Amino acid sequence: MPDTVLAVTDVVAGYNPSLPILRGISLDVREGEIVTVLGPNGAGKSTLIKAIAGLVGITEGTVRFGARDITGLETHTLIRAGVAYVPQTENVFARLSVEENLALGSLHNSDAYDAQRRRVLDLFPDLERLGHLAAGKLSGGQRQMVAVGRALMAAPTLLMVDEPSAGLSPKLAQVVFSQLVQVRDSGVTILMVEQNARAALQISDRGYVLAEGQEKVHGDAASLLTNPEVGELYLGSKARYVRA
Amino acid sequence: MIQFVADGIVNAALIALGAIGLSMTYNILRFANFAQGEILTTGAYMTLFLVTVMGAGIGSMGPIAFGWPLLISIAFAIGATSLVVLAVDWLLFRQLRDKTASRITLIMAAFGVSLMGRNLTTLIAGGEPYYYDFYIPKSVEIFTGVKVRPDDLAILAIAVIAFVILFAFVNRTSMGRQMRAVAENPTLARINGIDVRAVIRWTWIIGASLATVAGALLGHNTQLRPEMGFDMLLPMFAALILGGATNLYGTILGAVVIGLTEALAVAVGLSGYRAAVTFMVMISFLVVRPHGLLGEKE
Repeated sequence: MPDTVLAVTDVVAGYNPSLPILRGISLDVREGEIVTVLGPNGAGKSTLIKAIAGLVGITEGTVRFGARDITGLETHTLIRAGVAYVPQTENVFARLSVEENLALGSLHNSDAYDAQRRRVLDLFPDLERLGHLAAGKLSGGQRQMVAVGRALMAAPTLLMVDEPSAGLSPKLAQVVFSQLVQVRDSGVTILMVEQNARAALQISDRGYVLAEGQEKVHGDAASLLTNPEVGELYLGSKARYVRA
Repeated sequence: MIQFVADGIVNAALIALGAIGLSMTYNILRFANFAQGEILTTGAYMTLFLVTVMGAGIGSMGPIAFGWPLLISIAFAIGATSLVVLAVDWLLFRQLRDKTASRITLIMAAFGVSLMGRNLTTLIAGGEPYYYDFYIPKSVEIFTGVKVRPDDLAILAIAVIAFVILFAFVNRTSMGRQMRAVAENPTLARINGIDVRAVIRWTWIIGASLATVAGALLGHNTQLRPEMGFDMLLPMFAALILGGATNLYGTILGAVVIGLTEALAVAVGLSGYRAAVTFMVMISFLVVRPHGLLGEKE
């Protein structure tokens, strides 16, 4: 079995310590996997990823990244540890050019800037011609490329992506998902939060379904795609997304 | 009438040098720093202290009534003023930030620092005016009917050099990019591995440096008083708002408009009302273009 890259154990977290949003979540992500976290609105999916990133306080439980305990680590030090995070919204520096966004991604490995930039441009060739444009001028799909590209500039071991298909057309969402597969194939482990359950599970190895801040179901992606319980948990009804 | 342009541009340069720090704290630390005037005053008095300690006067360079002694004093005063400003941030503003104080709390704290700074300057240096030097340079005619002092041209040149260095720093260096990133989205900046505390330190240092230059040159042009920075506060805020608060180029452009307006008010015999005239122009402009000259619509 591949090594565990990320291990979240019994995490209780929230914006207000007396009102936790996550209530004892555990999950693990293994090397080379794409793991998707699903769930209805308010289930705590984004809070989970933010708690791992140090943006939401963890009151109980632990987060381990490889052998290292990163529970409560300051957000700005996480990328140096090897964890990159692409938020759902406002995930590019809109006033900065695409090239400047990429340069900011390699703050802590500037020696490898050229090699890493080449790697990112191989994955997202469109960024080459967009380099001089302000990121805020780009379309939603192009922005997503910049956001993921900037995160990859840090040469992370683990990439956490929050709803990469949000606001994109189904066709564009498929492009983004296939790019994430390419990213995984390039050696980066991925933890993804997604509403588009069917599309996300189709590219994932495993998935977790959350509801009301707790894990309800987990398993390999293929089994989740056909699991009727997942449909019921998802928005409380048979989910159209999950049924193929 | 062209004379007012010459007078206004020098005035604008001093306003802009002070207002850049205001703009940077507004965008990066996200509060209106009412103590910016006192940073300017501190810089001016630090320069005076160093000029006095060096004991070489302020020198001269040809027709310009200041030379290397004043410039060297300014350079050291930049360091000393930056240390004072960093200490105030460490003692006060950082504590408030760590406790996630509201913006109005930060503004009131800055207002308090402003009052204390002025009183402290009066306590240490006394309320009477000081001068770096008593030599009054003669004006020279550069165009028919337009006279400027060589010192004014030197002040303008220093301001331009300072702006070129500033923009090279902000646009061409990694720390400059990090500052722009924090100004736009501090959370994404942290996610991206940017040490926001380091960016804040640089913000204070750059703001203090330019304010020190402004204070020293203003002190050379006029006199040093404990209120000299506070008197510059309103024009500096006006420049910031008029230029579009999110844009450093806009702040300089705003300072040019404010500087010229003040000089025009003086030229037409409204020197006693120049603040009112300036604000009338600013308000009239903002009614038409609320986000300022180069600001972005929110």
